[in-house]
Amino acid sequence: MSTPTTVEPAADPRASLFRRLPVISHFNKSVGLQRGMLVAGLVLTSAFVLTAIFAPLLAPYGYAQLSDADGNFPAQEAPGGKHLLGTTVGGYDVLSRVIWGTQTAIMVIVVAVLMSIFIGVILGLVSGYIGGWLDRILVVIADAIYAFPSLLVAIVMAIVISGGQSSLLGGIMAAAISITVVFIPQYFRVIRSETIRLKAEPFVESAKVVGASNIRIMSRHIYKNATRTLPLIFTLNASEAILTMAGLGFLGFGIEPSSAAEWGFDLKQALADTTSGIWWTGVFPGLAMVLTVVGLTLMGESINDLNDPRLRGRKKAASGKGGPDSGAAGAGIQAEVSSS
Amino acid sequence: MTTLIEAPPTDADGLLPSKKKSSGGGLGQYILIRFLLIFPTIFILVTLVFFLMRITGDPITAAMGGRLPPEQLAERITAAGYDRPILVQYFEYLGHLATGNFGTTLSDNRQVTEMLATYGSATLELTINALLVALLVGIPLGMVAAYRRDHAPDAVLRVFAIVCYGTPVFFAGMLLKLTFAVWLGWLPVAGRAKTSSELELTSLQSPTGIYWLDAIRSGNMAALGDVMAHAVLPAVALGLLTAGIFLRLVRTNVIGTLGRDYVEAGRSRGVSEFRLVTKHAYKPALIPIITVMGLQIAVMLGGAVLTETTFEWKGLGFQLATYLTARDFVAVQGIVVLLAVIVAVTNFIVDIVAALIDPRVRY
Repeated sequence: MSTPTTVEPAADPRASLFRRLPVISHFNKSVGLQRGMLVAGLVLTSAFVLTAIFAPLLAPYGYAQLSDADGNFPAQEAPGGKHLLGTTVGGYDVLSRVIWGTQTAIMVIVVAVLMSIFIGVILGLVSGYIGGWLDRILVVIADAIYAFPSLLVAIVMAIVISGGQSSLLGGIMAAAISITVVFIPQYFRVIRSETIRLKAEPFVESAKVVGASNIRIMSRHIYKNATRTLPLIFTLNASEAILTMAGLGFLGFGIEPSSAAEWGFDLKQALADTTSGIWWTGVFPGLAMVLTVVGLTLMGESINDLNDPRLRGRKKAASGKGGPDSGAAGAGIQAEVSSS
Repeated sequence: MTTLIEAPPTDADGLLPSKKKSSGGGLGQYILIRFLLIFPTIFILVTLVFFLMRITGDPITAAMGGRLPPEQLAERITAAGYDRPILVQYFEYLGHLATGNFGTTLSDNRQVTEMLATYGSATLELTINALLVALLVGIPLGMVAAYRRDHAPDAVLRVFAIVCYGTPVFFAGMLLKLTFAVWLGWLPVAGRAKTSSELELTSLQSPTGIYWLDAIRSGNMAALGDVMAHAVLPAVALGLLTAGIFLRLVRTNVIGTLGRDYVEAGRSRGVSEFRLVTKHAYKPALIPIITVMGLQIAVMLGGAVLTETTFEWKGLGFQLATYLTARDFVAVQGIVVLLAVIVAVTNFIVDIVAALIDPRVRY
């Protein structure tokens, strides 16, 4: 437990494999408040993932189920009794749809983030390594997309992909691809700037001297070094993916309720209920969404803070607010970098 | 503190920093270059949107497909010129845009420019209100969090910031609506004003379209109160989204400046910690807020689409959602292009303001 305070962000190579695992090593490095945030994030995220995995066991009914042996479900029934969280206007069981919704969310996150990492990393590597006019064009396009409201980009993409129609798997793919387009510029920027920095490193030059091909240098030498920050961006983007998908669903670009459960779509349906005081159709899917996003964000942010020695809470010195703060050093470094 | 000295987002060229000599252009040249950069950004977005929306087919089939017999459909497509080569249409579209002609909407046959002018003011009003909420909530709370760093208030506020960011605006809006409009009955449920005050305000001579401004100008206090009551919930819903980001930014930056030499000097002279935060440390910490505010305008416009739908606030976002449902892609394209222009221009203004305040931003 007693890690020395001067520990490097990279785990001690002598520690056991278990201790060097990403989240475990972060946990050991954390202290007090930061540890609390990390644990809270982990708990919420695992709850989310486990719910998605065990959805068939947890959900009392199917996501599109409208009746059981006793007949049709009542519409807009208040929580309690047979329907723990009530039913919607259409007669769906709210609890079941909230639980099944985790599966849709995870599918969209995984597809969207994987695709954007894949495309973004390749474009970033190529653009940064080759440079020239290709680089300039890609940067200008990425910047233009990046500066634009991401929801609007997603809307345009949703129109392109599905023509605004929502179908079975098409809905998930449409949401995922729309989100991908929003994310690619982010990965592209990070990887490109890392690549440009690494290109000047001696080990790349030695690889060139040895006669390695450009593709080999990119795929072996630069790729491994440039992608260290990706897990962090992954967690942060996962939460953004959920929000973007929910936004699409809320505007009616979601997935039909008969094909899958989707929180954003449910909220759209629930909007009309609020004026008559029917709260359960909207509050529960919304809460599920907030808890998931907060969990992912807490986890991502804690890991980010722990990776950055300047933001990491110190084990003993963290008590007093007097004394030279680490911020001074941080600002100094920053100023040096930008003035050099 | 990583955001303390941030290069403007337009720092696009990947040259090594050492090659960037401080060529003696100064502020004038910076403004000029930055101004010229607006055009490629808008041009790229317009081009992307145009071609992407046409991949799926022509707008008339999308809007009317299935509801008109095929020969009538073909007739309308020919009349509108959608059967010509796509490049011809593209250049014609660019030409029209340059003269300010955005086309005519398909679903309700209005001039897109006229539609944009009518609803743009509502979105502007909502965005300004929300920005005010975000600043009023985010900056003081960020200072509190920095002042009580690593203590309970800091923990609570950081979680609050994450919850703000993690709550979709439409869900926040729904909760606010339920609590304050439906259950407590304090505030109106939706809309921008009561029908009576709306009529009065729109019948004014040369209305700005920003209701509270119009109400003040005409001295109509009853309408002003009504407009204000309607504005609260949407502004809070949209403002909280950004408030969380401001809170975190102020916190990090105040903590950063608190460790600077001049603050240390103040501390050694016996200046109280509270005064250090409120007087010495927070002003330099506000500079990055201006830069981030530019980026936040884009987020807010995206959020406005959802907020307006939630509160039936008849602005560009509400219209966008309506036109999306009607599959009227000419109108959608018009709104998207206008928003692109707004975002590009705001970023330009923000960069200039940042450069005026902090000379290090110029390069």
